[in-house]
Amino acid sequence: MASSTIIPTRMELTRLKKKLVTARKGHKLLKDKRDELMRQFLIMVRENKELREQVEKGIAEANRGFALARSSMSDEAVRVAFMAPKQKVSLDVSYNNIMSVNVPVYTFQTRTSDAADMFSYGYAFTSADLDDAVTQLADVFPQMLKLAQTEKSCQLMAAEIEKTRRRVNALEHVMIPQLETDIKYISMKLDENERSSQIRLMKVKDMMLEDAHHYSEKAEARAREKEAAR
Amino acid sequence: MYKAAVMGDWDSIYGFSALGLDTFRVEAETSAEEAADTLKKLSQSKYEVIYITESLAKRIPAEIDKYRLMPSPAVILIPGIYGNTGDGLKAVKKSVEQAVGSDIIFGNT
Repeated sequence: MASSTIIPTRMELTRLKKKLVTARKGHKLLKDKRDELMRQFLIMVRENKELREQVEKGIAEANRGFALARSSMSDEAVRVAFMAPKQKVSLDVSYNNIMSVNVPVYTFQTRTSDAADMFSYGYAFTSADLDDAVTQLADVFPQMLKLAQTEKSCQLMAAEIEKTRRRVNALEHVMIPQLETDIKYISMKLDENERSSQIRLMKVKDMMLEDAHHYSEKAEARAREKEAAR
Repeated sequence: MYKAAVMGDWDSIYGFSALGLDTFRVEAETSAEEAADTLKKLSQSKYEVIYITESLAKRIPAEIDKYRLMPSPAVILIPGIYGNTGDGLKAVKKSVEQAVGSDIIFGNT
């Protein structure tokens, strides 16, 4: 439906036509963006699912180890063993641009790279299960970080896809049809104006000819003569 | 340099301290507000990745949701010692539903 506020002028028509061209171009670009984002997202989300399953399994196994260790050690001893962690992890974050979505890429550094050096306790007072559990957890950690990266990327991309989809739909179903009807309305109105001015000109011409040559008076005179002759 | 944190009850998270992650105890009896507060504090400091146990995440879902749209930090659910509740996978599923409109990856699990 054409909105009531549009002014049917040629300038407005040109403006709207330009706007329509831009809207169409934008729609096409956004649609491409959405499709590509969706493709990337689906690849990533599958990876995310796999990683999550692996990580959850790994953590569950490590937790089993911890539970075993807890069963043979006092609460106090466990607490003491983990009181002063030796290992330190620091993260580096860089950003990767996927279709204008900035997704994080994490890389981590540990203070000691030696796997045997990370235990924060002596082996004398702790159960061997605890060592196994910690090792297991350490093995899962790189995957956990990868999981954090993919999951965050998925969340960000999902939000972007939703936004893009809304924009595409708004352009496709609201903006473009609206512009089209407006353009149609203006061009019809302009045509109508043209016709009416044409008719007005013809009418004026008739009147001017009438003024100049007195056609109707002459015709009347002729009619009268005919009457008289009869 | 950024850091990674783990939030949850002590039994579920103490192992991570051996890996060099910073652990923050939030026990079951701690109030949800306090937990949300801790999460907020962590997100504002140098923590880029925050792992949080599913059981704790369940108590502050609104806070967790808030971080979905932010570029950082990444708040990631992990199963605690009391078993896997499946909430972590549900979070992934939610992303799919948000992006695609319906779940096409997980089926009806």
